[in-house]
Amino acid sequence: MLTLKSVHSYYGSLHVLKGVSLHVRAGEIVALLGANGAGKTTTLKTISGLLKPRKGQVEFQGEDISRLSAEAIVQRGIAHVPEGRRVFSSLSVAANLELGAFARRDHQAVKSDLQEIQERFPILRERAKQPAGTLSGGEQQILAMARALMARPKLLLLDEPSMGLAPRLVKQIFAIIRHLQETGTTILLIEQNARAALKVADRGYVMETGRISLDGTAAELMDHNEVKRAYLGKGYQEVWEE
Amino acid sequence: MLLQQILNGLTAGSVYALIALGYTMIYGILGLINFAQGELYMAGAFATVLLLTAYKVNFFVAFFFGMGVAAVLGVILERIAFRPLRGGHPLVPLISAIGASIFLQSLALLLFGPADRSFPIQFEFAALEIAGVSVSTLQLAIFGAALFFMALLVAFVKYTKFGKAIMATALDQDTARLMGINVDRMIAITFFIGSALSGAAGIMMAIYYNTTYPRMGLLPGLKAFSAAVLGGVGNIPGAIVGGLLLGVAENLGAGYLSSGYKDAVAFAILIIVLLVRPKGLLGGRSH
Repeated sequence: MLTLKSVHSYYGSLHVLKGVSLHVRAGEIVALLGANGAGKTTTLKTISGLLKPRKGQVEFQGEDISRLSAEAIVQRGIAHVPEGRRVFSSLSVAANLELGAFARRDHQAVKSDLQEIQERFPILRERAKQPAGTLSGGEQQILAMARALMARPKLLLLDEPSMGLAPRLVKQIFAIIRHLQETGTTILLIEQNARAALKVADRGYVMETGRISLDGTAAELMDHNEVKRAYLGKGYQEVWEE
Repeated sequence: MLLQQILNGLTAGSVYALIALGYTMIYGILGLINFAQGELYMAGAFATVLLLTAYKVNFFVAFFFGMGVAAVLGVILERIAFRPLRGGHPLVPLISAIGASIFLQSLALLLFGPADRSFPIQFEFAALEIAGVSVSTLQLAIFGAALFFMALLVAFVKYTKFGKAIMATALDQDTARLMGINVDRMIAITFFIGSALSGAAGIMMAIYYNTTYPRMGLLPGLKAFSAAVLGGVGNIPGAIVGGLLLGVAENLGAGYLSSGYKDAVAFAILIIVLLVRPKGLLGGRSH
């Protein structure tokens, strides 16, 4: 469904992605792991078009999307939930959800999707008129994910959805991720919490300094010492063990 | 006397508010103070006056024509004076805005000459006496029209899809793009609307003072900027409140001190606000 072929991306003159190749098949959850600064977020930004690769190709459903604008890529069916949730804080919860469907033209279906999402996440209905900035961190994460779902994505890019959340909320977020997979959404997931990510994922990639250093099924990676080292560096143990 | 000054102040203030809305919307989305806003005010007035002079068209047609000319000019301005500079140092587009302002003023001077033009249609306005205060129906019409445009803008921003998308773009451009929002288009729409409002303000003042000339936008533009700062730049209700307050304050200053102090009051307010409450009364947005 999604294929990256030796992608190189830069921030100005800073060479961040140095030939990243990976693929995601339809229906999969793929985890993208790695230490801070390895280039995971940059990879997602390159896929969603916020950043243009200088070399290499991003293919989605057989089409080269590496030169398309972010707006055009959303319309192809890729929704990106950015790091730190980035809800539109002074707009209402309902307005945030509506904006998620900005690119869609099927207005009737948007309405019913909104109903459905509000039923699935009742908090978003209760707080519909409140500014999104007044929600708690976990609620904002749910809103950010729900907002992305309003685009009816075929592929969902999630950047650290559990960051800064209490364990109970982390569980809830991962339950949502699993549910999304069951309903047919393909997911590419970045997670600080590697163990939790590999529990829901089918496969995973480990990134190190702008390159993919390792890939395999979730079970393989779970047992791989290299993962622990690459992901967490020294003193990984306590985080790994939770 | 007091009521009279407040009333005159509200009329002028509603016009400042219209221009201030342009400043504040453009600042909200680009972090840029468009100092050419006053020239768009002038352009709206000239377009209307010239059309009415050349052809016998309906007044409202000429009014919307003037707004349209200002709006299109604003969009062109964004395209050539601001868009190529985006992403650079914030002072650069500011300098470009001042340059655009001087350019447009000089262009008007070149094309239309320095002379004042009176408004081609003479309206018959009645003077009403209410509780010892004299109000002309012209003042009421200006105040009413300004309120109408403000209400229209607030409704647009709050209730329409594109209005919300403009707010989203102002809050977070990258995330707006992830929603499929075309940021360039939202910025162009913002310039279109902000410039149309300034154009409308210019036409109203061209009627009120019965004069149109190339430098007419300078002072109202600067005062509206003060009004936007007073209310909090980037804040839409702030621009409205700031405009009305500024209009009333300068008229009270003119009435109770001396009419010579009228302009000084507006800029004294600007300086005081910047010193005491730089975020404005209703709180602005940092960029």
